[in-house]
Amino acid sequence: MMVKTKAIFLIAALGLSACSNAIGWRGDDTAAGAGAGAGLGANGAGLGAGVADPRSPAYFQQTVGDRVLFAVNDKTLNTEARTTLAAQAVWLSANPEYAITIEGHADEQGTREYNLALGAERANAARDYLISNGVAGNRIKVVSFGKERPLEICSDESCYAKNRRAVSVIAGGFTS
Amino acid sequence: MRQVLAGLMAGLMVLGTGSVVMAQSGPLRIEITDGVIEPLPIAVPNFVPDSPAATELAVNIARVVAEDLTGTGLFREIPSSAYISQVTNFDAPVQYADWKAINAQALVTGAVGVNGNRLTVRFLGHDIFAQGDLGEGLQFSGTTEGWRRMAHKVADAIYSRITGESGYFDSRVVYVSESGDKANRRKRLAVMDYDGANVQYLTDSASIVLAPRFSPTGDRVLYTSYETGFPQIHVLDIGQVQRRILSSDDGIMSFAPRFAPDGRTVVYSQSQGGNTDLFRMDISTGQRNRLTSAPSIETAPSFSPDGSQIVFESDRSGSQQLYVMSVNGGEARRISFGKEGRYGTPVWSPRGDLIAFTKQNKGRFHIGVMRTDGSEERLLTSSFLDEGPTWSPNGRVIMFARQSQGAAGRSTLYSVDITGRNLKPVRTPDGASDPAWSPLQ
Repeated sequence: MMVKTKAIFLIAALGLSACSNAIGWRGDDTAAGAGAGAGLGANGAGLGAGVADPRSPAYFQQTVGDRVLFAVNDKTLNTEARTTLAAQAVWLSANPEYAITIEGHADEQGTREYNLALGAERANAARDYLISNGVAGNRIKVVSFGKERPLEICSDESCYAKNRRAVSVIAGGFTS
Repeated sequence: MRQVLAGLMAGLMVLGTGSVVMAQSGPLRIEITDGVIEPLPIAVPNFVPDSPAATELAVNIARVVAEDLTGTGLFREIPSSAYISQVTNFDAPVQYADWKAINAQALVTGAVGVNGNRLTVRFLGHDIFAQGDLGEGLQFSGTTEGWRRMAHKVADAIYSRITGESGYFDSRVVYVSESGDKANRRKRLAVMDYDGANVQYLTDSASIVLAPRFSPTGDRVLYTSYETGFPQIHVLDIGQVQRRILSSDDGIMSFAPRFAPDGRTVVYSQSQGGNTDLFRMDISTGQRNRLTSAPSIETAPSFSPDGSQIVFESDRSGSQQLYVMSVNGGEARRISFGKEGRYGTPVWSPRGDLIAFTKQNKGRFHIGVMRTDGSEERLLTSSFLDEGPTWSPNGRVIMFARQSQGAAGRSTLYSVDITGRNLKPVRTPDGASDPAWSPLQ
């Protein structure tokens, strides 16, 4: 019964440190149109510029293409994914002030921890391809969200296909 | 307990040899592994209060005892409306004929005393056909606030005397409480009694939290949190309100932590350069050892109860399968050989005899059990998405998470016997996933 009282205090203590995690996992679903770039705003560094500006993160996200998709239970980059990543590498070379975080994701058809590992494999496959195309490794962070952050929420392949993704999220810069 | 039952059986022999009663009843005993089809009829009248102040608790405690016992699927409660005699004095002789007449095979009587915030519970189990006590009477004392725990202890004792196995009612479950819709799920750690009562939240919803596990003594919880924006292993001391990050290497994801039975070491997964392997860490020194070094995914470890072996999942063969290796790493042997399907989330039974797992096959998910060498696989459930089994402290019941299909999909907790019987939901205030059962308190 001691436990109960203390646990309540703990919540209060944790409340103070809320919102300290700044990773922009929601940044990836702004591509749908309205509010494009909104998810990137939190990272600052002049991300407000529009899609028309080829040096803008919004241009990277929507015109270059910020994501690659994967087959079921697979980490292999297909031709389309390699094309997208090659274009990402060109953009990153032309805009050296930016760093990226690659977020790996899985669809819901898998156990939680396996999907975390699978998301890590996917994000790293994208990372390795960018590095092989000349992007410095210290500009790229990777993180896996497994099946925790689905973009589409139906339970069939039309949604799953979009959820099996690695998304390159622009950060302000690797020194920030 | 065995001795008590042996005594009971000897008593039956003396009293009832050759009688009709004896032939019908035999010793009052449930063999859990048989998969009980006909639950044992039991009467749990309200406990007797020693003062008006104890009246409400006397009723509530008897209710929880009855719910614990009937919740196992092994017992059926006889409604009080059928009672012939009432129990108004705990010390008065039991009117066996009255209970036998309504086909009760077991009777639980109790007395509740309240003095300020001190609560005392005395109880006795009775074997109606043998006309004798089910073991000795016991007394529990504590605070009135802890009344549910005392009720669970009473039920554990009754369960134990009738099944010959240890109970599991006085236990807790740590889990991930889920709110918000599927596109914006919010998760926080919660702990509750095994039956869903007394839910307490251990973290807020600011960061994703995953897969908590109790320490062997139940005082600490290991879990994975994205508090830093990155999955890292955290340990939370429930009693002292302290938590810390166990692994904090920049750029290395760590997750799937599990305590060793000694409570001093942790085995977990570390993902570096996209490759996930198993590592072992000494909690106090932080010293780490690599246990696997394959280019495949190695995760979801679970210790054997004696701490000598680890079962884990790996896709080294091309698909997710279960393997067992020494606690020091080295050669692993594959134990899952089902012709089809993928196997994950293995969890070693606290009895050491079985390994529970999640199986995916043809678009369905199952919770199953197999012997530790992989033989005698049995699937206990089937649904759109069942995953993450955890064992009751006595190794007889499995709790897991079930997610419903579609955009409105929601995860809730269920429990099922290892026989596959008694599948039922565990009530939680919000959605729930990743349950982990505590040891018996």
